[in-house]
Amino acid sequence: MATATHSEPPPAVLCRGLVKRYGDVVAVDGLDLDVRAGECFGLLGPNGAGKTTSIEIFEGLLRADGGTVRVLGETWGTPRDRALRQRLGIQLQETKLSDKATVVETLELFRSFYTHGRTVDEVIAQVGLEEKRKAWVVNLSGGQRQRLSLACALVNAPELLFLDEPTTGLDPQSRRQVWDLVEAFRADGGTVVLTTHYMDEAEKLCDRVAIVDHGRVIASGTPRELILSLGAEHVVEFTVDGGALAPGELAALPGVSQARAEAGGYALNVREPHVAVPALLEALARRGLPLARLTTHHATLEDLFMNLTGRTLRDE
Amino acid sequence: MSDRPHGLAASPLWQLTRQRVVTFLREPEAMFWVFAFPVLMALALGIAFRSQGPPRSRVGIEAGPAAPAIARALAGSGDLDVETLDPVAADAALRRGRIAVLVRPVAGGPPVFAYDPTRPETRLAYLATREALERAAGRRDVVGAAIDTRVRPGGRYIDFLIPGLIGLNLLGTGMWGIGFPVATARQQKLLKRLVATPMRRRDYLLALMLARMVWLALEVVAVLGFGMLVFGVAVRGSWAALVLVTFAGALAFSALGLLVASRARTIEAVSGWMNFVMLPMWLMSGTFFAAERFPAFMQPVVQALPLTVVNNGLRAIMNEGAGLAACAMPLAILVAWAVAAFACALAWFRWE
Repeated sequence: MATATHSEPPPAVLCRGLVKRYGDVVAVDGLDLDVRAGECFGLLGPNGAGKTTSIEIFEGLLRADGGTVRVLGETWGTPRDRALRQRLGIQLQETKLSDKATVVETLELFRSFYTHGRTVDEVIAQVGLEEKRKAWVVNLSGGQRQRLSLACALVNAPELLFLDEPTTGLDPQSRRQVWDLVEAFRADGGTVVLTTHYMDEAEKLCDRVAIVDHGRVIASGTPRELILSLGAEHVVEFTVDGGALAPGELAALPGVSQARAEAGGYALNVREPHVAVPALLEALARRGLPLARLTTHHATLEDLFMNLTGRTLRDE
Repeated sequence: MSDRPHGLAASPLWQLTRQRVVTFLREPEAMFWVFAFPVLMALALGIAFRSQGPPRSRVGIEAGPAAPAIARALAGSGDLDVETLDPVAADAALRRGRIAVLVRPVAGGPPVFAYDPTRPETRLAYLATREALERAAGRRDVVGAAIDTRVRPGGRYIDFLIPGLIGLNLLGTGMWGIGFPVATARQQKLLKRLVATPMRRRDYLLALMLARMVWLALEVVAVLGFGMLVFGVAVRGSWAALVLVTFAGALAFSALGLLVASRARTIEAVSGWMNFVMLPMWLMSGTFFAAERFPAFMQPVVQALPLTVVNNGLRAIMNEGAGLAACAMPLAILVAWAVAAFACALAWFRWE
């Protein structure tokens, strides 16, 4: 399938109708997506949504049961697989590198697999592990290990970088360092596909996001578009002491576009908080229900996921 | 963009082998099992079975009126340690094996000899006791004999044991030295990460075997050198044959290790399979006693086991002075094991 013009590069990843089953369990159920060259694309969804299975099929590590996948214009399972691997950087979820190899030894090993790339010293400097060059992997902190793992993925100066849950389990400072590395890679023209169940990570790093649930894409677009699709930019969450409220009644309040009952309280999608909040307080006062808690925040992808599925991203 | 590194640094096979060697060097426990353990075992067994001159048999005499006469008759023999015991104590001593044979005097008749005829040492004690009594009673030898008791070179137990320990060590390090890192790498998803690179899979498997060969020379030298220095064990045959047999043995065992580890997902699973494969060789391959003691119908199996081939090959070279030509058959069997196991391992290997 040639692209329309020669100047336009093929999509970094093109995926149509992807299906993967494990016995009776359907892990990926007709997933479609396109990742454009040069963008950072996020697969956002709860654990078990099929994100890792999908990305490992893109990486050529798992075989699909159905559908089409093209990576940098190539399909897997041809004599060109090794050539394609030369162009990819891959970080798996939870790989343990050899405990008693040093940082520099680990990177020299990975560098030797590639014909092109950067020097080991350049990559060590890039991920900020100069002082840990001679340290054994087992003696690195969680954040340092994650940066080493990222360095292994960057050592061949890949065109396309796959990151599976790159910051899960990291402290805030280490997450920030990983984000900086991903953004620097982007700035050099690289393409990134990442999975995450952190909405803030998706909003910070990704140009476009596909929200995945039960092995399908349930919404996709830029984080901004997705949030706007809620029809409201703010979310008001509150709890009352005793008594029940009908979501329909709440949705009719001025400035409120949608309302739903949540665990222990209610959430309102709100266009204009300065109108909606006084109206809400008045309505509660009329009913004689005392307010136990009230918070407002800007709408996030988490709210969108909640709206679409009725669950939070971190729930099973 | 920078250029590819030069020379060895650019070779995946070199890098994989180097990583395996240096990470192993950094595991003190592993080093102990490869080098110190077999040497300690040789030392312990060498001391336990050291040559102590002709063995003496312990003989008990049941107390009674005729006992002193029998004790006097036996005292003339240099091969016996004699003691007189009351009937209860004598029974207990025989049962516990503290005495090998019990002489029970019978009034007006020949004494009764009580012993276990199925054990060589008790049978020997019976014969020596019987002979001493007959001689004391005046029996004369009719045939006569000249005696030659020089120890033949290579005929001591330690000469038998050291080649067996070398073989056993090749088996253990070959199997564990491959099976363990493979199972660990698979469990920790390191294998999967490597497969995500353009690494050639055969380089990975080859590097495991190459790294294992680095230790081969050192571990053989440790055990053999120890045996030569401390116990005077010698290599009477061809050194080239010795090198070839240990090398082919190490190849066969590491290929078996690769095969055993080719599908196991966990360390526990691989440990179980390792023991399953090694146990028959521990028992039947003649490390501590001659494999020929197993009955004839088992011999085709016993003799085909790679450890039997290595042990018997090394004993022929070290103790019987065998040369290269005599090792052709053992080498062929070992190479066949290596090739078959490696081919199966390659076909079945689970990379995820």
